[in-house]
Amino acid sequence: MAFAGRRDAPEPPDFGILKRLARDQLIYLLEQLPGKKDLFIEPDLMSPLDRIASVSILKQHEVDKLYKVDTRPAPSSSDQFCFLVRPRLRTMRHIADIVNADKMSGRSRKYKIIFSPQKFYACEMVLEEEGVFGDVTCDEWSFYLLPLDEDIISMELPEFFRDYFLEGDHRWINTIARALQLLNSLYGPFSRAYGIGRCAKMSYELWRDLEEESEGDGQGRTPEIGNVFLMDRDMDYVTALCSQVVYEGLVDDTFRIKCAPCPSAGSVDFGPDVTSSDKSIKVLLNAQDKVFSQIRNEHFSSVFGFLSQKSRNLQAQYDRRRGMDIKQMKNFVSQELKGLKQEHRLLSLHIGACESIMKKKTKQDFQEMIKAEHSLLEGFDIRESTSFIEEHIDRQVSPIESLRLMCLLSITENGLVPKDYRSLKTQYLQSYGPEHLLTFHNLKRMGLLTEQAAGETLTAVESRVSKLVTDRAAGKITDAFNSLAKKSNFRAISKKLGLIPRVDGEYDLKMPRDMAYVFSGAYIPLSCKIIEQVLERRGWQGLEEVVRLLNGNEFSVSDSAGEDNSAGDAQRVILAVFLGGCTFSEIAALRFLGKERGFKFIFLTTAITNSARMLEAMIEAKA
Amino acid sequence: MSRARADEEEYWHSSKFRAFTFDDEDDELSQLKESKRAVNSLRDIVDDDDDDDLERVSWSGEPVGSISWSIKETASSSNSSLEGRDSSLQKGSSSYAALPKQVSSYSLSSLFKGRNKLPSFQSLSDALSDTGVKNYAPELRRPKAEYKDYSRDWSPRDTVRRMQRGKVLIFLKRTLRREILFRELEVRQVALCHLIHFLKESGEQKMLLDLLRFLDRTEEVALSQYREHLNIQDVEKRREFLKGCIGLPFSAEDTSHIQDHYTLLERQIIIEANDRRLEAAGQSEIFQKYPRKASILNMPLVTTLFYSCFYHYTEAEGTFSSPANLKKTFKIPDKQYVLTALAARAKLRAWDDVDALFTTKNWLGYTKKKAPIGFHRVVEILQRNSAPVQVLQEYVRLVEDVETRLNLATKYKCHDVVIETYRDLKDRIQLTAYKCKVERGSADEEKINSILNNMQIRWKN
Repeated sequence: MAFAGRRDAPEPPDFGILKRLARDQLIYLLEQLPGKKDLFIEPDLMSPLDRIASVSILKQHEVDKLYKVDTRPAPSSSDQFCFLVRPRLRTMRHIADIVNADKMSGRSRKYKIIFSPQKFYACEMVLEEEGVFGDVTCDEWSFYLLPLDEDIISMELPEFFRDYFLEGDHRWINTIARALQLLNSLYGPFSRAYGIGRCAKMSYELWRDLEEESEGDGQGRTPEIGNVFLMDRDMDYVTALCSQVVYEGLVDDTFRIKCAPCPSAGSVDFGPDVTSSDKSIKVLLNAQDKVFSQIRNEHFSSVFGFLSQKSRNLQAQYDRRRGMDIKQMKNFVSQELKGLKQEHRLLSLHIGACESIMKKKTKQDFQEMIKAEHSLLEGFDIRESTSFIEEHIDRQVSPIESLRLMCLLSITENGLVPKDYRSLKTQYLQSYGPEHLLTFHNLKRMGLLTEQAAGETLTAVESRVSKLVTDRAAGKITDAFNSLAKKSNFRAISKKLGLIPRVDGEYDLKMPRDMAYVFSGAYIPLSCKIIEQVLERRGWQGLEEVVRLLNGNEFSVSDSAGEDNSAGDAQRVILAVFLGGCTFSEIAALRFLGKERGFKFIFLTTAITNSARMLEAMIEAKA
Repeated sequence: MSRARADEEEYWHSSKFRAFTFDDEDDELSQLKESKRAVNSLRDIVDDDDDDDLERVSWSGEPVGSISWSIKETASSSNSSLEGRDSSLQKGSSSYAALPKQVSSYSLSSLFKGRNKLPSFQSLSDALSDTGVKNYAPELRRPKAEYKDYSRDWSPRDTVRRMQRGKVLIFLKRTLRREILFRELEVRQVALCHLIHFLKESGEQKMLLDLLRFLDRTEEVALSQYREHLNIQDVEKRREFLKGCIGLPFSAEDTSHIQDHYTLLERQIIIEANDRRLEAAGQSEIFQKYPRKASILNMPLVTTLFYSCFYHYTEAEGTFSSPANLKKTFKIPDKQYVLTALAARAKLRAWDDVDALFTTKNWLGYTKKKAPIGFHRVVEILQRNSAPVQVLQEYVRLVEDVETRLNLATKYKCHDVVIETYRDLKDRIQLTAYKCKVERGSADEEKINSILNNMQIRWKN
């Protein structure tokens, strides 16, 4: 078994090639429009683009000026426009407006639209309707995968969450299957695949179909990634809704929210309060940052000690230069100073970040909030937590936080008691605006915030009823059942999997014993626990009850050919795919598990998420 | 059995993790501050020739030379000349649905251009969208057959594959009569979701509503119509629109929310017009002293209540802008009302009003302080508005839980309360220890001494 004896986790594969592939394809596409051109970029493609290309590369390929796609071009600009966009109808209309405006004024230009990661027919239809289809050429830039870090790959598709889970739109599944195909061809073949969730299953099947169609050539190659685990976000909303307390999660909750509409591609905006100057800095936080890489997975309480130790060391290093002679000093300056300065800059940045986090959290009654959250997770003092939430709403503390707490209450309790639901909803609308009626409706459809139904027993008779009634009525009834099927069953699952650790005495957060440390020892993230259990059992045997409570759609497939080389390192590298987003707390928990068990997890997610981003996606905005 | 049960209970009810405290006074924070000092002290050594290995960043924080940065540069250089034009264009195009649909501007040349350049994009949506086009491509006149193919047995998986790019759906949408399309989709949930989402995204509100009506999803019809108000900027128009929403088939509960939404906006329009006039006239003291920061239009109810408690606190219930009227009209719960009024009056430092908010008289004429929220909350709100110790003290004293009371009193230096609480607890040790927290020679110290010397108290330690 893979766990026998503790082994060091294998090194992650090199994902730099993904960047190179994307860059080369982009260059190729730009070359398809020879000559000088202006480039219009979708705002949320900007920072991913920054990660793989640079202005000078674009300039080399005759890009003249760069614009955001929603700005109107200056009248005097170039003869060729190139649009680098997501396949969205609104963007299409905008482009059509530009083209039509040119036509009206008798200006002729060449237009090229590059869709990333792929084109949808609906987009072409809009171009057609607007009468510009013949004026533009279209291309696809298959930029599916952006490596954010040595073990994190993001598809940078935050809209997947709403599109799939709220609207029930399956259009991105193809994209996911293609992403899997690409990873499989570069780092596979994956010999084992596990998964749970409807979307996970569909993506898996579609990917298999793609593999069959393309006559897999990768046989006989040594894989770098042996296993893949796909999971839908709706298997576990609880974890994503909890306040994050590992450093990287806190940083995400505190600083990244500001640029929420645009995915930030792994960079953070540190404001003036952090940088202790008058400007804010955009910082890339990843394994390259020597200070960050040592504290990112730590519980926040351990971070202070670490930083102060570091700064003492740093001071000592600098102090050495006292009493140096000229030669030593020269050595010091030429060899060590640069490194020390770098470290100094990083240290002061993270100390500033910690201070800023502390300031914000103390202002928000964070202590009380965490207490309420933990009670909800453990299922006691529900009344008390409910009135805490009520007061939170009444005081207009924060619309998103209030929603978050309500959703946590709902999921952990299998829905709110009707009386509470009505009263909290009314107060919420009064505090944060009546238009949130739409938000509540969306949350209900998602199963994130529901009212306990009177007829809980309906599920049992579903099959019998649907046989008796006409098709049309059956459709409607199935709808009703669907919402019932979304019952979270959190409490039962939590008991079954032991998600609330039994601990005698104090939980030592500095020496964590299990993944619960990412939530101060109060709760083991459900998503991660499922992955742990399935890997341990190499399948779903013994987890039947959990699967039933989660509403099924699990699978476990092993490729017989891959079995023989199961001793290889690749078998200990697992691609964990989160469909609908993954939080830094989950990443930290699985990194911890990996260290314990000698696994290496590679994270593939539609986007990095957190509670705020998830809930913001549920709010209706004006068109 | 019972033992196991007890264990279980204990398991579920005991909180056994030490929560990390996000408290100011924590040791860990001082550790942090110390590290900061240490690091900062190094700054002067380090800062002399900075920038060499730092990324150069622009004023907005983006690294100079990055793509995001260059885009901002072009935007700011071209914006100035376009500002005027932009805003005028914005008006016209802000709501796409309002735009008249463009008359189809197919030209033969554009059609063939499209075909030639993109051989992959042929038959379906291109050719069949327009009857005229079929003549150019007679071989594509197979809608019926294709439709049959697609409509038979769509397994979820097939649906997914076919739906991915929306090709089939758009094809069906264009070729089938609505009723037939709707009927076919009704039994195919996934396809239905796709069409609904597509209609939402493309702003084809009319067809969306038709479809939802056909499916008998009345609540969604109502919500989807109500949603449109978000796109109406003009408040008068918005108000009119909301009025029309009241009759939509919402649930009883939601109907009352919609009604409230309408009433609220109606009131806000009245209050806004009135107050703007008052403010402009410059005769109202309160508006001069505290000029309004923003209009009250489209704000939530609680914000409106706060506003009304701030500017119109003393008005009689008969006026629309009075807090009492809002409270009555919208049936605002006591708790909500008190929290909001407290915050507003505390902000104005109107401590008498605060006092009156919590004072009740019983039938004998005695006054008593009562609050629908915990007094610790009252204290917190007062403290945030920097209430003087005398005011704060009074409410700290009313906090029921002894431990919380002591904590608050100590934190906010309400010495009297601390001293009295220790006296009541008969805790000599703590009281003696507290002596060092008060000023030497002050009345507080005297008070402590006199209590400690009081022979009548039977100290517990």
